[in-house]
Amino acid sequence: MVLVYHGYTGRLAALLSGIGVEPGDRVRVVKDGEVFEGVLMPRYTVRASEDILVIKLENGYNIGIKVDERTQVSLASKKSRLERVAEPEEAVESKAKIVLLSTGGTIASKIDYETGAVVPALSTREITEWAPDLTDIAVFEAREVMRVFSEDITPSDWERLANEVYREMKRGVNGAVIAHGTDMMSYSAAALAFAIRDKPVPIVFVGSQRSSDRPSSDSILNLKGAFITASRAPIAESLIAMHASTSDDLIAVHRGVKVRKMHTSRRDAFQSINDKPIFLVNPYTSEVKQVGKILKTRDPTRTPSLEARFDDKVALVKAYPGVQNEIIDMLVDKGFHGIVIEGSGLGHISNRLLDSIKRAVESGVPVVMTSQCLFGRVNLNVYSTGRRLLEAGVIPAEDMLPEVAYVKLSWVLASKTRDIAEVRKWMLTNLEGEINYRHTLDLYPRWLYE
Amino acid sequence: MSRAVQGLDYEKLGLRVGLEIHVQLDTREKLFCSCPTKLVEEDSVDVFYRELRPSRSEMGEVDQAAVLEWKKGRRFKYDSPRSASCLVEADEEPPHQMNREALEVALAVALSLNMRIVDEVYVMRKIVIDGSNVSGFQRTSLIAMNGWLEDEDGRVRIQTLCLEEDAARKMGESEYEVEYKLDRLGIPLVEIATAPDIHSPEQARRVAFKIGQLVRLTGRAKRGLGSIRQDVNISITGGGKVEIKGIQHLYMIPRVIEYETLRQLRLLEIREELRRRGVVKESLRAVFVDLTDLFRNTQSKLIKRLLTEKNAVVYGLKLAEFKGLLGLELQPGRRFGTELADYARVWAGVGGLIHSDELPGYGITVEEVNEVYRRLGANPERDAFVLVVDERSKALRALEIVLERVKVALDGVPEETRAANPDGTTRYMRPRPGGARMYPETDIPPILITGDLIESAKRLVPEPFEAKLERFVRDHGLSRELATSVINDIRLDLYERLVEKWRGKVPPVLIASTIANTLRMLENEGVRVENIEDEHIEKVIDLVAAGKLVKDAIPDVLREVSKEPERDVEEVVRELGLSRISESDVLDLVDKIVKENLEKLKSRRDKAFNIVMSEAMKVLRGRVEGSLVADIVKRRLRELDIM
Repeated sequence: MVLVYHGYTGRLAALLSGIGVEPGDRVRVVKDGEVFEGVLMPRYTVRASEDILVIKLENGYNIGIKVDERTQVSLASKKSRLERVAEPEEAVESKAKIVLLSTGGTIASKIDYETGAVVPALSTREITEWAPDLTDIAVFEAREVMRVFSEDITPSDWERLANEVYREMKRGVNGAVIAHGTDMMSYSAAALAFAIRDKPVPIVFVGSQRSSDRPSSDSILNLKGAFITASRAPIAESLIAMHASTSDDLIAVHRGVKVRKMHTSRRDAFQSINDKPIFLVNPYTSEVKQVGKILKTRDPTRTPSLEARFDDKVALVKAYPGVQNEIIDMLVDKGFHGIVIEGSGLGHISNRLLDSIKRAVESGVPVVMTSQCLFGRVNLNVYSTGRRLLEAGVIPAEDMLPEVAYVKLSWVLASKTRDIAEVRKWMLTNLEGEINYRHTLDLYPRWLYE
Repeated sequence: MSRAVQGLDYEKLGLRVGLEIHVQLDTREKLFCSCPTKLVEEDSVDVFYRELRPSRSEMGEVDQAAVLEWKKGRRFKYDSPRSASCLVEADEEPPHQMNREALEVALAVALSLNMRIVDEVYVMRKIVIDGSNVSGFQRTSLIAMNGWLEDEDGRVRIQTLCLEEDAARKMGESEYEVEYKLDRLGIPLVEIATAPDIHSPEQARRVAFKIGQLVRLTGRAKRGLGSIRQDVNISITGGGKVEIKGIQHLYMIPRVIEYETLRQLRLLEIREELRRRGVVKESLRAVFVDLTDLFRNTQSKLIKRLLTEKNAVVYGLKLAEFKGLLGLELQPGRRFGTELADYARVWAGVGGLIHSDELPGYGITVEEVNEVYRRLGANPERDAFVLVVDERSKALRALEIVLERVKVALDGVPEETRAANPDGTTRYMRPRPGGARMYPETDIPPILITGDLIESAKRLVPEPFEAKLERFVRDHGLSRELATSVINDIRLDLYERLVEKWRGKVPPVLIASTIANTLRMLENEGVRVENIEDEHIEKVIDLVAAGKLVKDAIPDVLREVSKEPERDVEEVVRELGLSRISESDVLDLVDKIVKENLEKLKSRRDKAFNIVMSEAMKVLRGRVEGSLVADIVKRRLRELDIM
């Protein structure tokens, strides 16, 4: 077996463990008559093939030194212990009570020496230590419910999350804030929209596009916006709170079933699609300005119910020029329970797939049609392909985002029914504002031209 | 200009100076994105606002300088010009791979400074939260260590060479907001730090120049205002290590070092005096006395204004046994009291303070001064006091800071970062930042320095000084003196380019002397040579090459250009009447002169040549080479048998 020692392998691992130095200790490296002294840093394992020792010099710089037969490495001194930061004070009772559930992701992350990139690592306590001003907004209890990358989340994680939030709602919190990685955040927000019925208070998802370990992080402002929304916005829906623009000024609060991550890296990556954000929150003044529609108002006396089962045998298939019918056949043969198609334009996919789709529906596998245009509504009556798809039994999902249709179908199949006619009814019933029947001219972005 | 500081024996004082030289690289793209490395003047279209807060280093520490900046609580306004910045500068997209061209230049400079190159480069985030970096950190990487540079006064060790990104340009600031432009952010910089091996102000200037010149010799350095910035670290025996930032010009380095030496010396004298007076830290008590009622009806306009403008109070602090010391001058025009005011301004945000050594003054009467002494329980013969007029919390904070700084006077010179003023004096800026502000840049994997990279870098290693000198003497026909001057000139790259451009058409000696001698001559005349750009010089040489300008006229043209640098050089030449005259015109003129003076010339044959030449040159000077005129005059006179 290969010896791995704080990310070092091979000869270096043997050498370092042999002399008993650990990351944080001062080491002395003598090479070609030159002396380098510094703090030993762990090695990023993805690059461990080179015999390179990483030390932090007195001036704070890290450097890599190649260690060969003639290089001497020795322990200079053991590390000194770092001071712990004081615990935050107990909060006062009169404020709103909210719960902060963390799932991992960029809002709570720091360097990972395994890969050299950022990973979820800061504990929720560290979040509160680091952003004491959150206690001005609400009394909160922070808890880590899972620690996974956003992209590793599965439907069973939605179930766990929904259970946690439901329990908190029964306990009477004024709102739940969920710190979540941004990549798949809109899926989870949609899942919780469906999984808890008759919500008395809001669920606010929040993330960050710049990790919390950097001075320019957007996480504190986003968290403040989420806290303000959770504790006092007059709404009881599943929401996403993130930067409204590239500036550190307003936080936009979007409906969880009508929002999408539209940029890989910008702070204002989240944009409402076929809908407007519901609130703009000023995190400095705590002002909550309503700019969109509230569908379910806050009512702490309302009793929530939990319907949190999701079917993981649902697939999302994209229409592309060379798409082959085997994809649909394979899904049916493999026992999938539902298929969502991200169709082209008004909701199309190649005529070559018609027979396979017909066979899927006949085998009891519902096929839902959405559009990869994202903006606008599907309409299968305009072109003949669409009409044939309708004849084959495809369910046209209005202006639902493909991801939301996927989450909803997964929820309907596990929590409601597998009966295909019933599935069609549930899919076309607007439960959480996932369908907007009315698109005004302003619901479409315009680029800036000069 | 008279020297303010004379007779300092730097050797005896144990002066130790280290330099940090930053040179902008003239690469095609920025260090971590594909934007061009240029400054632009375009209208603000994309503007956004941000705030920053300090973060913990990977060692769990927080940098004190960063905390100080955060406490100012200012927000930042960014102007993001589309032609010279993108999402990376706006901190809206992760950095791209490190620019290989910049890395090669850095390696080439490291090689020519005899440095040890690291085997693997780690890009670090250096926390800087004054807003000059949108991300809140400057990306920097240590490329090489432990080199040296030869100098007349002995070898100067080079400690580190780093490759880093330049910061954004500050366009304005107020108490609440700082405005930056993002074009400069991300331009690659090499930062070269010497060991404190420099022992005189003049040597510091010379070494700074040599380092800058070395980078320029790679042909990939930017020139012009702000392209090279130098920080100096200064200490004397018994003093403290003080870092001075923002020295705009090379020629200011000696002055800054002189003044800092003086400041440290005076601070040590103050320490000695305090010891003589028997002052100990415990005798400096934190008793802050509210004196607002005393100044309710003051005649002092300053205090009156402050009291009415804001919700201000007057607080006083007694400094036992400090009489006379606050008024002591540390640097020209800057007293120990000024030093205390700097601390109060930086840490507490107050406008300033008033101390007893400048009173009575500011309209404060002797009676009021005596009353302050009485209320503070102070002895007017021996003690000093400090007054601050501001909002209560700020005033108290200011006096706390003043007291801290005064206690440090008993230890001597505090280690700190100072900013250079235009006159060479300095002001307190912040505490010296430590290694705590370093954090690995997690978005960029470490870069292995391969043999390939080193080979490409070797092609950029500049020719050593001696080799260049020999080549200029041998191939260009320059004298050793001229060759040395041109190699030491900031426009060396222009010289090499023009020699290459006009090979065989314009003699290198002319180009070299224009750059090295003519400009210096004009500068001594008081001409504003900083207005003369490379393009002007190049145009002048082009005109000479094209036969449209005579070399004798170059100083006149450049003198005129310096007055109106916007104007086209050719137009200036025309207007000055310095356009070259054709040979046939010269012939006609000579004929005319000979004809008009024929009798006189015949009678004074031995002087004939001089007479004609002198008359001709009155008209032709600067418009045609004298040698050509002489040839024509001789020929004509011989034909007429007058010579």
